[in-house]
Amino acid sequence: MRPVYAISGGVSKFAKARPDKTFPAIVKEAYDYAISDIGLDHRAFISLVDGSVCSYFSDHFARQLMAGIMIQDYLGLCPKPSHRVEGGGATGGLCFQEAWKSIASGHMDVCLAYGFEMMSHVETWKGNEFIALASDISFDYPVGGFYSGYYAMMVTRHMKEFGTTTEQLDHVAVKNYRNAYHNPYSQKRHRITLEDVRNAPMVAWPLTRLDICVMSDGAAATILCSEEGLQKLEAAGATIPRPLVKVTGIGRGTDAMRMSDRPHLGYETFMRDYATPQEQASDDTRAYYQHLWEHGTRYPGIHSFRAGRTAGNMAYKKAGIADPLHELDFVELHDAYTSSEVQTYEDLGLCRYGEGGPFAASGKAFMPGVDYGLDLPDAPECPVNPSGGLIACGHPVGATGLMQNVFAIWQLQGTISKHFNDPTLQVANARRGATHSHAGTGTYVTVTILENED
Amino acid sequence: MAKQPPKREETLGGTIVHRLPFPGELTPETLQWLKALQPILIEQDYSITYLHSYAQDSPWFAGLTNKVLLGNREASGEYTYATPRGHGMYDGAETDWVELPQEGQVHAFTVCYFGSEEFLPETPYVLALIEFEGADTLLLTRLIGLDASEASLDWIGMKVQAKFLRNAKLKPTDVYFVPA
Repeated sequence: MRPVYAISGGVSKFAKARPDKTFPAIVKEAYDYAISDIGLDHRAFISLVDGSVCSYFSDHFARQLMAGIMIQDYLGLCPKPSHRVEGGGATGGLCFQEAWKSIASGHMDVCLAYGFEMMSHVETWKGNEFIALASDISFDYPVGGFYSGYYAMMVTRHMKEFGTTTEQLDHVAVKNYRNAYHNPYSQKRHRITLEDVRNAPMVAWPLTRLDICVMSDGAAATILCSEEGLQKLEAAGATIPRPLVKVTGIGRGTDAMRMSDRPHLGYETFMRDYATPQEQASDDTRAYYQHLWEHGTRYPGIHSFRAGRTAGNMAYKKAGIADPLHELDFVELHDAYTSSEVQTYEDLGLCRYGEGGPFAASGKAFMPGVDYGLDLPDAPECPVNPSGGLIACGHPVGATGLMQNVFAIWQLQGTISKHFNDPTLQVANARRGATHSHAGTGTYVTVTILENED
Repeated sequence: MAKQPPKREETLGGTIVHRLPFPGELTPETLQWLKALQPILIEQDYSITYLHSYAQDSPWFAGLTNKVLLGNREASGEYTYATPRGHGMYDGAETDWVELPQEGQVHAFTVCYFGSEEFLPETPYVLALIEFEGADTLLLTRLIGLDASEASLDWIGMKVQAKFLRNAKLKPTDVYFVPA
């Protein structure tokens, strides 16, 4: 595989509704930003880009089949090769990784990854229905299909199993909303408190409206290239920021569509097939897990995402990461729910299974220099969702995973201040970050490791 | 007195318009002005009836109409699914039908105060995943007969019993559970 560089990106302002432009024109905003950020105009870029990958989740929202080719056409990319990828909420992450494959395999030297979702064309409750169609339509959807309900069931089990509290979930919401206060791309910029989260209208017990991301209209785009592509772009006048950002590991995992089908595996199988090398090597952690299993814990059940653990382990192995909490400078993860951020801390090995709740309230995942109005026991170690995540930025599904990668590229370039007009969210000396994209009830998950070459 | 909402509910619908404001004369200036025009939004209806087949899972629904709760078991007999599945996840072979007990316990639950459009009239409703003795997987269902406002983690582990609709609708909600 060849080295792959992620050199630029753009994000449209995520909003509840963008009736002012069609979806190809909104993708064009993100595309124009990405090419102008490296100092190229359309004619120069189009002469060098080899093809594209397109990301959008639902044909229902836009009620337009083959929307991808309409964007390819609108951007002036025809007749270059392109294809659409779809994998629920992980669509953007899959798209980014497909572009990586195009470069790493030698098929392309320069590849554009773009994605969008326009969720405002139907009312919120019809939108919830469309999203719920991403659950089994024979056995899940007709029972009362509602994704917030599915995630609420996961968290009641997590709370029962591990003692996780709603106050710990509230910390995630406060962190992400307050981070987003400094991110002009975010849809929601509120300085909320723990009490605000709990007092918000209940959606699916115990998740309130502030525990849950919103539907959005929006688009994002990234440009990936090989070393040869880099030379061609620079020869054409592109100014690629240094340090260069390289994709050093990708991982993916899957799990059963129906939560009810998730296995409940024993200790030995968990330790052999799913524990991180760090967990396997620790006497203390093995004893900790043995204790959990003796008290009834099984894996993954509905409280954990083995797709996320599989994707993380795969990406870490490729990137040579043994201790994610201390070897990653930040993580942009798929926090469609505060509870799923807590679950994902565990899947990604930032803490052990069962310790996601205390980890959320510890301060380790917070940004230094942001006023959270909280008295946190620990100093920040690995900021999670410094951008504000899905909860505050919004979740236009096909764009979301790409948005996360754009923010990661900017973090590693050290250019957050330039793009946000505010330096607060720049992670100091960011060398290595992870992005995590997640679908369904944990059905498809991608993890991507990006590093700068400093 | 019930608290009034802070704003009026937004709904679709409105007045049919036959002509919109438009320049009476097309000149370079008025053509340029068109770029400042607000977007025009219209409603488009879309409805469709699907002929959905339960296919190899059909016996499960037939069972509900006869007050029988079925599951599937791998040919090896080592793994039993509480939600129907035609082929085994582990052995890859066609599964066999088995009768499940009509009592189980709550593995996880939630109370939905909002929902998809189709289910909004039924809120608040309780979703639950049920575990059964002898089954390795769970069943998603509605839990009836509890006070939604008293939701508590103590509900997890509660013994529950299957009930069947007398007039089956051939949906998975033909079975639901109540505290045993």
